[in-house]
Amino acid sequence: MSMPFYVAPEQVMKDRADYARKGIARGRALVAVRYDDGIALVAENPSNTLRKISEIYDRIAFAGVGKYNEFDQLRVAGVRAADLKGFQYSRDDVDARSLANQYAQILGQIFTHEMKPMEVEILVAEVGAHGADDQLFHILYDGTVMDERQYSVLGGDAEAINGRLAEVDAASLTLAGAVRAATKALSGPDRSLAADDLEVAVLSRSNGRRCFRRLTDDEVAGHLQS
Amino acid sequence: MPFFTPGDDPGSNFPELLRRVGLGPQDAALASAAAAGGRLDVPHATTCVALRYTDGVVMAGDRRATSGNLISHRTMEKVVQADRHSGVAIAGAAGPAVEMIKLFALQLEHYEKVEGQALSLEGKANQLSMMVRGNLPAAMQGMVVVPLFAGYDLLRRTGRLWSFDVTGGRYEEFDHAATGSGSLHAGTVVKVGFRDGMSRDEAIDLACRSLWEAADADSATGGPDALRGIYPVVATITADGWQRLDDADLAARYQTIAQMAREQMGEVRSR
Repeated sequence: MSMPFYVAPEQVMKDRADYARKGIARGRALVAVRYDDGIALVAENPSNTLRKISEIYDRIAFAGVGKYNEFDQLRVAGVRAADLKGFQYSRDDVDARSLANQYAQILGQIFTHEMKPMEVEILVAEVGAHGADDQLFHILYDGTVMDERQYSVLGGDAEAINGRLAEVDAASLTLAGAVRAATKALSGPDRSLAADDLEVAVLSRSNGRRCFRRLTDDEVAGHLQS
Repeated sequence: MPFFTPGDDPGSNFPELLRRVGLGPQDAALASAAAAGGRLDVPHATTCVALRYTDGVVMAGDRRATSGNLISHRTMEKVVQADRHSGVAIAGAAGPAVEMIKLFALQLEHYEKVEGQALSLEGKANQLSMMVRGNLPAAMQGMVVVPLFAGYDLLRRTGRLWSFDVTGGRYEEFDHAATGSGSLHAGTVVKVGFRDGMSRDEAIDLACRSLWEAADADSATGGPDALRGIYPVVATITADGWQRLDDADLAARYQTIAQMAREQMGEVRSR
């Protein structure tokens, strides 16, 4: 009879985390920045059809980096959970915190119980009625949830991008300023990103019931130039 | 959070998702309850019209709901925005109708979010037709819901409208349609006054006039209520989306219509 080798649980968790981190680091990064009228989400994404940023509910957006099929599955699950809750109770009862907790449960469960962890990092952003109520929940591959204030960085090279964003005065950004700051942080000092390398969307307080809106390449180019 | 395996996934179908999580529509329960106790006396909604004009469509509906010969509600909204480029108008049993519209609007939004793009206008009409058909058992017990669906077709760049029957039959109308107890009168007014290529103002005036005449002849249709400041819901749908007219605008239009009616009657009396 063959005995399986003993592997310490610390080692198992470390191997899984390394595996997930490597997968995420391969992908391009994404940034969310708060501005005076809401939250701007900017991703480095040359594709015009495979989205990293999308709408979940009236005031809530989803963004994911890493393996596309995995975060897209999470996105659809989020849309379903939000629509079901809004149908069962009221539209006002759908909130980002509850969604973030559900995501954390699923990711944590998969991280410990499945063969392979999900190679994703996701963001659940909610725009409040006032700026003070804006929320950014950053959720990692193992279900770790972080509640972030002014900005959030997901994906490969996050540390360097975080450093570049920390220098920006985020207190009074306009939309154009936020898009510029996010793009600069994503590109770094050695290269520049054009509008068609980017996927940009906003959760804007002044956009009616559904706050989510995608920006066209022309709009993004305008913001980058201004 | 609902998670499904590939192959077992309800896709972008919201009603199916509701069934899968045990929140499915209770049509069957409603129908059997009605069957057990005979006909339920529930509030009914009446008279909506829709017509095409150069830039899109106009939809209009009165505000009255009736239970038998009593007015049960004075400010019901039977013309409702379904999404950015379409609207629904309903006549029939108020409870199931309002629930149907709520579910329909949710389904359009759910599809748009899951798929990343909105349904085509024809797809939306087809979806509504299936919902009306799903209501057939309840309709057999008197819970009839007969909607009108209208919207702006972004692919064909024109306004389009559909009428339905109880069985979910879906009929595209070229120029105008009416539904509900006052639809004979309202529909006739629209039919007589309709011209191809009407302007926005002409189309709105015609829709308002048609509801006025329906309210004049049908007790279940509510006219403009200047005392309480209640006016029909009138909305236009164009390439720029849904736009509902405000009450001040409607009050002015109905004042003109009332003046015209007064003049007509003066002529009759002086004869």
